[in-house]
Amino acid sequence: MAIEQKTPTTRPNLTVDLAGMRLRNPVMPASGTFGYGEEYAPFLDLEDIGAIVTKGLSLKPKAGNPTPRIAETISGMLNAIGLQNVGIEAFQKHKIPFLRTVNTPVIANFFGNTLEEYGAVAEQLEEIPEIAAAELNISCPNVKQGGIVFGTDPQAASEVVRLVRSKLTKPLIVKLTPNVTDITVVAKAVEDAGADAICCINTLTGMSIDIHTRKPRLANKTGGLSGPAIRPVAVRMVHQVVQAVSVPVIGVGGIVCAMDALEFLIAGATAVQVGTANFVDPSAMLTVIRGIEEFCVNEGLDDINQLIGSLRV
Amino acid sequence: MKNYRTKIISNQEVSPGYYRMRILAPGFGAKARAGQFVMFRVQRSLPPLLRRPFGIFKVGFMEPDCDDMPPKEYVEILYKVVGRGTTIMEALHEGDGVELLGPLGNGFDVTDTDGEMILVGGGIGLVPLYMLASELVEHSSVRLLMGGRTRDDILAVTEFERLGVETYVSTDDGSLGEEGLVTKVLERKLQKYPNAKVFACGPMPMLRAVREKCLDYNAPLQVSLEEFMACGVGACLGCVVKGAGHTEETPSYLCTCTAGPVFKADYLDWEKLGQTEETECGGCS
Repeated sequence: MAIEQKTPTTRPNLTVDLAGMRLRNPVMPASGTFGYGEEYAPFLDLEDIGAIVTKGLSLKPKAGNPTPRIAETISGMLNAIGLQNVGIEAFQKHKIPFLRTVNTPVIANFFGNTLEEYGAVAEQLEEIPEIAAAELNISCPNVKQGGIVFGTDPQAASEVVRLVRSKLTKPLIVKLTPNVTDITVVAKAVEDAGADAICCINTLTGMSIDIHTRKPRLANKTGGLSGPAIRPVAVRMVHQVVQAVSVPVIGVGGIVCAMDALEFLIAGATAVQVGTANFVDPSAMLTVIRGIEEFCVNEGLDDINQLIGSLRV
Repeated sequence: MKNYRTKIISNQEVSPGYYRMRILAPGFGAKARAGQFVMFRVQRSLPPLLRRPFGIFKVGFMEPDCDDMPPKEYVEILYKVVGRGTTIMEALHEGDGVELLGPLGNGFDVTDTDGEMILVGGGIGLVPLYMLASELVEHSSVRLLMGGRTRDDILAVTEFERLGVETYVSTDDGSLGEEGLVTKVLERKLQKYPNAKVFACGPMPMLRAVREKCLDYNAPLQVSLEEFMACGVGACLGCVVKGAGHTEETPSYLCTCTAGPVFKADYLDWEKLGQTEETECGGCS
């Protein structure tokens, strides 16, 4: 019996095309878990990852929430940081000079509390040449309209995406909240409004109580749950969204190792984001990338794109 | 700073509920400064998910296993068993694999060596003071005021004495040293040494009382804080404390992990500091 030769002579292709960007591999950090990139430069070569995704930026600097802001839960963490960030101007002045030196696409995550703020940040991002794409966070309360979260209402989501689209020619990724009954409704709404890609999911709203003090463990009472605990929910939602829209999807939620990332890719995600795992192991993304490559070799695949959306049902 | 994938050299109970762990860490000591910390990964499986911060107690070299090998470089942490993470840690043995990220953070400022140096440690808060003492004794006369609830909370005092540090012990129940709070001893020392500089680490009520005394006697104070944190490198923004002059309009949040854990007391907003529920410090966790 002939021995099957499975090892390809060249390394598998890991490059993917995402909304007009060519990424060297499909792995990038989730916004808010990687600072502005520079914080992690001592631990990994930023030119080894597919893209850099910044902490969420707003028009003005934002102080964030009172402490405690984080709490550990079983296989996850709750956070209510409150979108603390330096603001778009300081970002351009103090963070861009470093990012300019790194040959990796920079995706700027941003948010606002009103439609006007979203529009204003989009206008500024359009003017920063070092920014390759924008990732729109619509999981924020709309201050002017009674605090309803933009991303939980298809109409409001559509409106904010339409406005941002009108200010931005760069690739526009819209990051969806999972805190809705049917994520495909919002996904279709933002696709129709002009999104080039959809990123899902943001954190799940959760709460944890200290039984001795009988107080919430976060000063904000509730927070966003992330980490391995949410991964099956994220995989399910990515699967649903991939079926519902035709734009590419970025999968995020609880990825710690390559096997986790591969689930999302097989479900149809074109790229993945690693979040909480960066806190646990600053070089987590490299482990994920190497593992994906190794998996392709073992499966006899010469291109990662052969794997994307290969779910058998 | 770097992530060490390394192993435990020893892990011993030094006082009821307190452990001392020595971890192999080649090249660590040359980079570590007094007051810095490490993020320790308890085990590779979950839970717990997050690393735990621990102050660096000591760095050094020990004899190699055989003659033709270089000396083994190590880092030591001291911890109190208080929660899920430290309960797993107490069961670890020599040779067990662990991960250590560090050295991290901003240590003590030891550039000004004039005057008497007074170190104030409360329980496990003594951890970052050992490296500080070993640096300070080179140029200055150093006193350690060590406080705890009972004699079990008084750790490693003889090691400070071996450095040439004069030590004063006080316990709440009088089971070792003087009965009462460590700040009583501090007040006497501040009366005696008007040019003293004070360095403190311990529970927040103690730090607050030390701060009051230092204000009364106009003594410069540096404090090492403990906060819950996820990353240790300034990314998660979970460990912030308010800086001096913080207001709603002009907020100033400082990361304990990168701006601290050691702060000059004047740089902090003490009004609300640590007023959220006290979680018991286990040598940071």
